[in-house]
Amino acid sequence: MVMKDLKIIYLDNAATTKTDPEVTEAMIPYFTDVYGNPSSIYSIGASAKKAVMQARDLIASTLGAKSNEIYFTGGGSEADNWALVATAEAYGSKGKHIITSKIEHHAVLHTCEYLEKRGYEITYIGVDENGILKIEELKAAIRPDTILISVMFANNEIGTVQPIKEIGAIAKERGILFHTDAVQAYAHVPIQVDDMNIDMLSASGHKFHGPKGTGFLYIRTGIKIRSFLHGGGQERGRRAGTENVPGIVGIGKAAQLAFDHLEERARKEEELRDYLIKKIGEEIPYCRLNGDAKRRLANNVNYSFRFIEGESLLISLDRKGICASSGSACTSGSLDPSHVLLAIGLPHETAHGSLRLTVSAENTLEEMEETVAAVKEIVERLRNMSPLYEDFMKKEQECIEEKR
Amino acid sequence: MYSDKVMDHFENPRNVGEIENASGTGTVGNAKCGDIMRIYLDIDDDGIIQDCKFKTFGCGAAVATSSMATELVKGKSIQEAMKVTNKAVMEALDGLPPVKVHCSLLAEEAIHAALWDYAQKKGIEIEGLQPPKSDIHEGEEEEEY
Repeated sequence: MVMKDLKIIYLDNAATTKTDPEVTEAMIPYFTDVYGNPSSIYSIGASAKKAVMQARDLIASTLGAKSNEIYFTGGGSEADNWALVATAEAYGSKGKHIITSKIEHHAVLHTCEYLEKRGYEITYIGVDENGILKIEELKAAIRPDTILISVMFANNEIGTVQPIKEIGAIAKERGILFHTDAVQAYAHVPIQVDDMNIDMLSASGHKFHGPKGTGFLYIRTGIKIRSFLHGGGQERGRRAGTENVPGIVGIGKAAQLAFDHLEERARKEEELRDYLIKKIGEEIPYCRLNGDAKRRLANNVNYSFRFIEGESLLISLDRKGICASSGSACTSGSLDPSHVLLAIGLPHETAHGSLRLTVSAENTLEEMEETVAAVKEIVERLRNMSPLYEDFMKKEQECIEEKR
Repeated sequence: MYSDKVMDHFENPRNVGEIENASGTGTVGNAKCGDIMRIYLDIDDDGIIQDCKFKTFGCGAAVATSSMATELVKGKSIQEAMKVTNKAVMEALDGLPPVKVHCSLLAEEAIHAALWDYAQKKGIEIEGLQPPKSDIHEGEEEEEY
């Protein structure tokens, strides 16, 4: 339901981004004219194949990878599932132990649970109060039968960027494969797979203004990971199914645009992010910035507001045309709030009252001003009807009176 | 996902606030699950609920069900208030999404908890009234994570 008269302020770019008009424009000919199957020999098939190849070349170059190491998928979740399940299968005879973190996306966590039910052992490494992986804990968890370390590049909720190079070096030294879920990071921060010793990397097109339903898995040459979808010989026999040609053209175009403007976009986003972080922190009492202040994605703001619940905050923001998200249980349909917020040590009550705002370079400072004013007004309104706030204020009052 | 009535009661909640020296107060739910409701009742000597206020920490449905529950019991006798079930609250709101049905249960429990408090204070028994089940757990337990 779109309210026509209301201008939208879109601050949920970690959920998805607006497809860049240049991207849709680049895709259209591959629906209308160049609709051939890339496996066919006639010209519109060959042209389609060429377009897929170009997208692959471009994406490979952004990572310092080889073109034949990029495998297009139907998105980030598929890439994560593939990396974990296929590695487990291929290296299961060497060992059945996998190390990951407590703050991974569900595409990784639920795949780990799936593997646990099939005889694999998973160690979930904790994070500090800012969401940074405990490296010593990781080192200590490594065993002779450890076959894979999978740690996300940057967290989708709190924006914390992990010390990926350090983790890659540890994995390499110990001869263990290293996969990173870079869905939030790819095309936002520079990544070089060789420098960081990344063996596998998942990415998703719609997180950087590309189309939904597109993504890729980078697999380093020499890794004997098996095919995930069986059928035709597409993607060098490892991922069957006719290529999503318009989608692949779209993700390629989006990557090109992102890398052409990587620094410029990041600077703009940082400016907006820092404004939000500063203003919300100054204007709203009893709040906490979640995630690391410095090692943080340029687009991510995550605050917890005590005494209020996230869903009611989100609905109220939506009524003002502001799109945001929350780690509240009520928005996820479960009883527990976000596993990420719990892992950084927030009590349940505070985790319920969290707000994630993720900007894009298209947002403006005026929109940020409007957002801060709206959040402030709503938080005040909700606190005034919160029994937790009532109790807290009564206690505060008692303390003041005692001091007198 | 919410009906217009739910949105109306969320955006313009009726009877938000506290009653000083209330005849009965009930707080139910817990912060861990993300819902806490507190109901204040002002009951006169004839057993009529003269006023009812609420404070709620929770989602949109939690606020709306509290608001509607206070509307439904205001001006009623205790026995009539006992008949305000979660179903009645839901119907009055034109329904709730399935995952939010527990909010209406909480509203019913909050009313009952406030009546229980009133009965305890008065030393009377209210027919059909059970002691409140859910209790507010304020101290956060250590998490496994």
